[in-house]
Amino acid sequence: MAAPAPWQLQAGRWIRPAAWIGGLVPLALMILAGFTTGLSADPIREVTHRTGWAALLMLMLSLAVTPVRTLTKWNWLVPARRTLGLCAYLYAVLHFATYMVDQDFSWGYIVDDIVEHPYVTVGFAALVILTPLALTSTRGMIRRLGKRWQKLHRLVYVAAGLGVLHFLWLVKKDLREPLIFAAAFAVLMLFRVLPIGKSGKQKRPPARKSPSPERSVAGG
Amino acid sequence: MLIKKPEIPSSEITPEPLYLNRRQFIGAAAGAVAAASVPTALMACAPGEDEQADKPNSYEDITTYNNFYEFGTDKSDPARNAPRTLRTTPWTVEIGGLCDRPGRYAFNDLVRANRVIDRTYRMRCVEAWSMVIPWRGIQLRDVINQARPRPGARFVEFTTLHDPAQMPGQRREVLDWPYLEGLRMDEAMHPLSMLATGIYGRPLPAQNGAPLRLVVPWKYGFKNIKSIVRIRFVDRQPRNTWQISAPGEYGFYANVNPQVDHPRWSQARERRIGEWRRRPTLMFNGYSEVASLYSGLDLRRNF
Repeated sequence: MAAPAPWQLQAGRWIRPAAWIGGLVPLALMILAGFTTGLSADPIREVTHRTGWAALLMLMLSLAVTPVRTLTKWNWLVPARRTLGLCAYLYAVLHFATYMVDQDFSWGYIVDDIVEHPYVTVGFAALVILTPLALTSTRGMIRRLGKRWQKLHRLVYVAAGLGVLHFLWLVKKDLREPLIFAAAFAVLMLFRVLPIGKSGKQKRPPARKSPSPERSVAGG
Repeated sequence: MLIKKPEIPSSEITPEPLYLNRRQFIGAAAGAVAAASVPTALMACAPGEDEQADKPNSYEDITTYNNFYEFGTDKSDPARNAPRTLRTTPWTVEIGGLCDRPGRYAFNDLVRANRVIDRTYRMRCVEAWSMVIPWRGIQLRDVINQARPRPGARFVEFTTLHDPAQMPGQRREVLDWPYLEGLRMDEAMHPLSMLATGIYGRPLPAQNGAPLRLVVPWKYGFKNIKSIVRIRFVDRQPRNTWQISAPGEYGFYANVNPQVDHPRWSQARERRIGEWRRRPTLMFNGYSEVASLYSGLDLRRNF
């Protein structure tokens, strides 16, 4: 394998700020829409949808970092994973906060809703699961938890699965968008289950430059 | 020479303020007549409710926030797509089934033959939001009487236009097209039931179900079938689209009922579009005068 190109060495410096900026784009677009076109006649509903959607997108992107890195050997991508994960949590919290506004902060209704309606239950569970992951995202916690950190952070698979289920269950009829998320989640999980995920550690034929999806099939 | 679509010179268009004034005059007159003959519209809502609480939503809210899956499943899709693709002139409504005077009626004839009424009604969507809409239209019972239904006619079935070229949302099998709805005859004959042809005195926009849509204010919004092309008198309870699609979630009656939750959300409260707080949902959307239609009917089972 050839040595990383100079731009790849540089990439290590800007990847984290770039991930933050990219991760905050949905929020920026939402604020912009709030000031310009408006967020439909029912802004609370619109913000709830947008934050939930962004939370799922960020979760999927953070789950995509490892496979992409394995396939491309772009190790400089790794810091983006934590940033995108934190962005996902930010949107999940905003999503739940908007939901509380939507419910007038009436706790009786909120508790009933979480208990009685499965799609709310799984969405809330995803938020609960993501909380310790977000809290242990500091360098200090990573060092302190050692090997247990990685075990703990595997819970992100559960949270993402529940998030996708939440979206699937809440949609009234048009399942296109939640099914796209479900398919993405399935692919990202398959990568971790199938042997292709492990092929990243093997040496590749030096001739290869650009990776293609076929490569991963041949990989195991 | 190529003949272009005739354009009305701007000098011949009535300026909007004048037009609105005239409409207001007619509207007020019609409203007075309606109020005199049927003191049942929103004006006579439950005591203790102040008028401010039922201020009509803006024309913009009403015409940009629509559930009309024939033009897309997002609430902004209908306003974007429907005005471009739906052709509402000429429009005919086929009236048939168990009646003595079936026939195909041109939209204009159907409306011209009947008294125009203005009614400001609350509209409560099954998704727990609501609006207040100043409708213009005709009474459904006038149209029914015109067709002379036979004694065997116990229900009325309505059908929406089915034309994927005009209704691009119908190219996908999101629902069973065409959209169907139904009412029991006594519900259809109730003085509150109307066929709307306009909003705020202006013609009904395509996204709101032009040119003719049903408005039954004590039921969830999905009962208010849009862009009607067929009205049929039948002896059995017709199937309605959302019930076909998810029978556990959407019933035939679909009366607004804070006691009966949708399986995925509570119906106890609603948010009026434009407001931040939720308000309690009223039984029959506050139109308690229809309660007698359902005496003896278990509204938990017949939801």
